Formats: sequence, structure tokens, C-alpha cells
Amino acid sequence: MTTTEVSVRVEDKLFQNRYLVDAGRAHIKVRPHTVPSPALLALLTACPARCYELNGKGQVEITVDGCVECGTCRIIGEPTGDIEWNYPRGGYGVLFKFG
Amino acid sequence: MIEERFDAIVVGAGMAGNAAALTLAGRGLKVLQFERGEYAGSKNVQGAILYADMLEKLIPDFREDAPLERHLVEQRFWIMDERSHMGLHYRSDEFNEERPNRYTIIRAQFDKWFSRKVQEAGALVICETTVTELVQDAYGKVIGVRTDRRDGEVHADVVVVAEGVTGLLGTRAGLRQMPRPDNVALAVKEMHFLPRETIEARFNLKGDEGTVIEAAGTITHGMAGMGFIYANKESVSLGIGCIVSDFQKTGETPYGLLDRFKRHPSVAPLIEGSEVKEYAAHLIPEGGYKAIPQLYGDGWVVVGDAAQFNNAVHREGSNLAMTSGRLAAEAIFQIKSRRDPMTSANLALYKKMIDESFVMKDLKKYKDMPALLHTQSQNFFLTYPQLVSKAMQNFVRVDGTAKADKERITLKSFVAARTWSGLFGDVFRLARAWR
Repeated sequence: MTTTEVSVRVEDKLFQNRYLVDAGRAHIKVRPHTVPSPALLALLTACPARCYELNGKGQVEITVDGCVECGTCRIIGEPTGDIEWNYPRGGYGVLFKFG
Repeated sequence: MIEERFDAIVVGAGMAGNAAALTLAGRGLKVLQFERGEYAGSKNVQGAILYADMLEKLIPDFREDAPLERHLVEQRFWIMDERSHMGLHYRSDEFNEERPNRYTIIRAQFDKWFSRKVQEAGALVICETTVTELVQDAYGKVIGVRTDRRDGEVHADVVVVAEGVTGLLGTRAGLRQMPRPDNVALAVKEMHFLPRETIEARFNLKGDEGTVIEAAGTITHGMAGMGFIYANKESVSLGIGCIVSDFQKTGETPYGLLDRFKRHPSVAPLIEGSEVKEYAAHLIPEGGYKAIPQLYGDGWVVVGDAAQFNNAVHREGSNLAMTSGRLAAEAIFQIKSRRDPMTSANLALYKKMIDESFVMKDLKKYKDMPALLHTQSQNFFLTYPQLVSKAMQNFVRVDGTAKADKERITLKSFVAARTWSGLFGDVFRLARAWR
């Protein structure tokens, strides 16, 4: 294991992006769990927008607002049944200016 | 349900979907294309390099109004360790030709233009609409799509699935497996804006000349992956990508890698003082020939990234996407002209055309490369770059050591790191995979 560079602020990066947030309709959901699986734990570091975080009880939670819709979490977390993944509704989500 | 019936529905407005929709509409077919972004391009991410030859086959006079950035006159390959890079650098004035071969582009802008051409050809393009499902009849034949619009079901003779690398619809309908974590790379990218003159001075360019840098080495910390730096007119596209299963195994973060790459002494001066205006991420199909899924069936074909068409060795994807979209459309047009049904047996024509094209020939040539690079990533992306860097430094640094002694030191370092059999084995395996 190598250490995560805490100095990198992903929020600052995401701040440059345009989004149309579909309030109350998350396109990705984490299956309720008590202890996170290895796949879920991997998402804490693999997600490029750091959408996945540990809550106070040690469970993995997702906030999809900054999601860049790459699909990495689907590749890692859907086969194990840990997450449910959909495209956002038409027009919503990240709106790339350059892409 | 929408009563109107179409000859073809194209799902997605990326390179493959646009190539397919343009070709189909151009041949007079009634085409409906869905795009989930607010406009074509707003969900698409690429480095990006455009290959003129494949676009010319679709839009011969594209240079007249396409939003192109710079034509490439130069290609740089870097092998990097922590503080150095060793480069292979090819530049030719012959690339300053009337019809340049490769350009840098900005996908959101380019795809918007491409989509306008699709609409001019006569296709009906509906944006801000997500296709949620392929509609199948009782026999499994694909007969249309369901969208997230109200009454959003619509039928067609054939559906061209150009949904991109994630491939949700196809996997959900059981047409193919989801890509495995070791068969896709996650790339993150930033857009760095700088004045035009600054870019030209830093990259040694004149006018609209452009350059690309592809970099491999310790920047990926032993993971299989690469960094890239592309010069646009007033921006620099800079990114890095690695195989998803490697991210999973190591716990490395994509943004951590990106920031280290940006801080590398060979990279930092190129982007110093820039204003970053976007951070994007995207998956890239890396499984090559062996990861290509079933390409057609009753009432459907799959094209582009969704079909895993990407040449990882040459960093080509969008040309394979455009070509597969065009060939799928040509196959559909031929079947339609004969008034034959869009059955699996008839749509096999698309596979035949792909097999005969450079798309499958190139992917077949490198069929063993992904496995080699992904399983030996520590050697190819960490050990060798470090050895090469030390060898080069040893070669150029003048310190009173006899040249013969210097050569012995370098040779010893290679043998110590990989052993003789390891070195020969690596050369042999690489040559065999390249063949």
C-alpha cells in the first residue's frame, strides 16, 4: 500500500467543472452494509472524483454530485453487487466544456 | 410509445455513433440518434488526437469548418524516472502538408460540429435523453430502445449501440460481459490554459503546428499506464491513466498520480502559470483483441469503445470508433438495399467488414501485448525506466571513469535487476507480442 497524497484537493479540481445536479435522484447507490467489502474500500481511492467516503460507522457512502461519470466504480463494484449504477437522467450530471 | 418507426436507432453521439448516424442518414435511411448529454460531446472525454484519414472517409472536406486545434508535426515518447526523462523524438517538416494527417482536438467542441453534420445529413438527433434499456421481443431480437422520456419507447429495424466503454445497455441486455478491471484503464485529465505564444515557445512550435508527448515510467508507480501532454492552440491537455485493477490493488489515487506527473521536473515548466479549467476522467478499453465481445446479433450491432475497439500500443481509439461506426452503417445499408431482415446472420456482414479492415488486423497483431504489459507492469513501467535513466546518466556524465568501466556498470545494473534469463525473456516476450 502506498499512501494517498492528502495535499491533492479533489474538490478544487471539481470546482472547475460544470454540473447539473439531479437533486434527490442519485444515479449510483451503495448497497446497505455493516462492514464494507474489499471492492467498496477500493472505491475510496480509485474514484477520480472522490465521491466515496467512509462515514462515522465505518461504512462506505457516496455523494454523486461531483461524479465525472467515468464508470470505474461500476467496473469494480457492480459485479460484486456492492453498488447499483445507472447513467444520470438525460441532460443531468457532468457537462464537459472541453472533454 | 412513439408510433413512428425508424430504419435505425443509434445510441450515443461519440465518434462511433456519429460516424454510423452520418453514414446511415447519408444513404437515405431514416435515423434516430439519442445522446444523454445536453449536446453531443458534453459527456465525451478524449486526449484528444483526431486521425484525418478516417474522418475524410466520412466528411472529405472536414478541414473547411471543423474545430481543429493543431496539426501534429512532432511526436515525443518519454521514459521517465523520478527526476529525469529519456526521450525519443520525431519531428518532420513533411507533416506541414496541405492535408495534415493528425490533429489535436477538443472533443466537446469537435463532437458538437460532428453532430451538426449528422443532422445536416438528415438524421433526427435527440439530446438530453438517456437510453435506459434495449427493447427485445420474446425471441431476444432487439426491436428498439426505451428512454427516460415519458412514453419513451421507440422501435427500429436495427439498433447501433455506440454507448461507449461502460457499455451498460449491452451488458444489461445480456449481449456481452462488462469489461473486467484488468481490461480497462482509468485516465484523468486536466485542461491547462496558457497564451498561444507561451505554448508555441515552450513546445517549439510555429503557427498551428502541434506536438504530443506520451510518457511512461515511474510516474505510474509500477502500474501499467501512461501519461500524455498534448498541445492545443490555447490550452494543454495533460493526463495520466492506469489499468483499473492496478488502482484497485495498490490503493493509488488517480488525482495523486496526476499531481505527481504535473510536478515532475520535466513537466512542470511546460504548464507553469496555467489556468486549469476542467478536470475529467474516462475509462479506456485496454483488453485488445481478446476482449472484443460479440459484435452483432438479431437487430443490433455494437461499435466503438463499447466494442472495446482500442489499439493500446499505438494509442488509437477514435479512428477505430469512426471506422467501426461507418462499416456497421455500410453493412446495414447493404442489407436494407437487398430488402433483407436485420437478423444476426445478415448482420454478420459487419463483422466480416471489420475483420477485413485495419481495425481487426491491428488488434490481432497486438493480441498478446495487453497480457504482457499488464502482468509485467513492475518490470516495464518501473524497473526498466529506472535502469534506462541510470544508464543514460552514466553515459553522458563525464567524471573520469573509463568508458569501458561505465559500460560494465550499466550492464551489471541490468543483470542485477532482471538476471540474464529475465532480460532475454523480456526481449523475447516483447518481440513475440509485437510481431
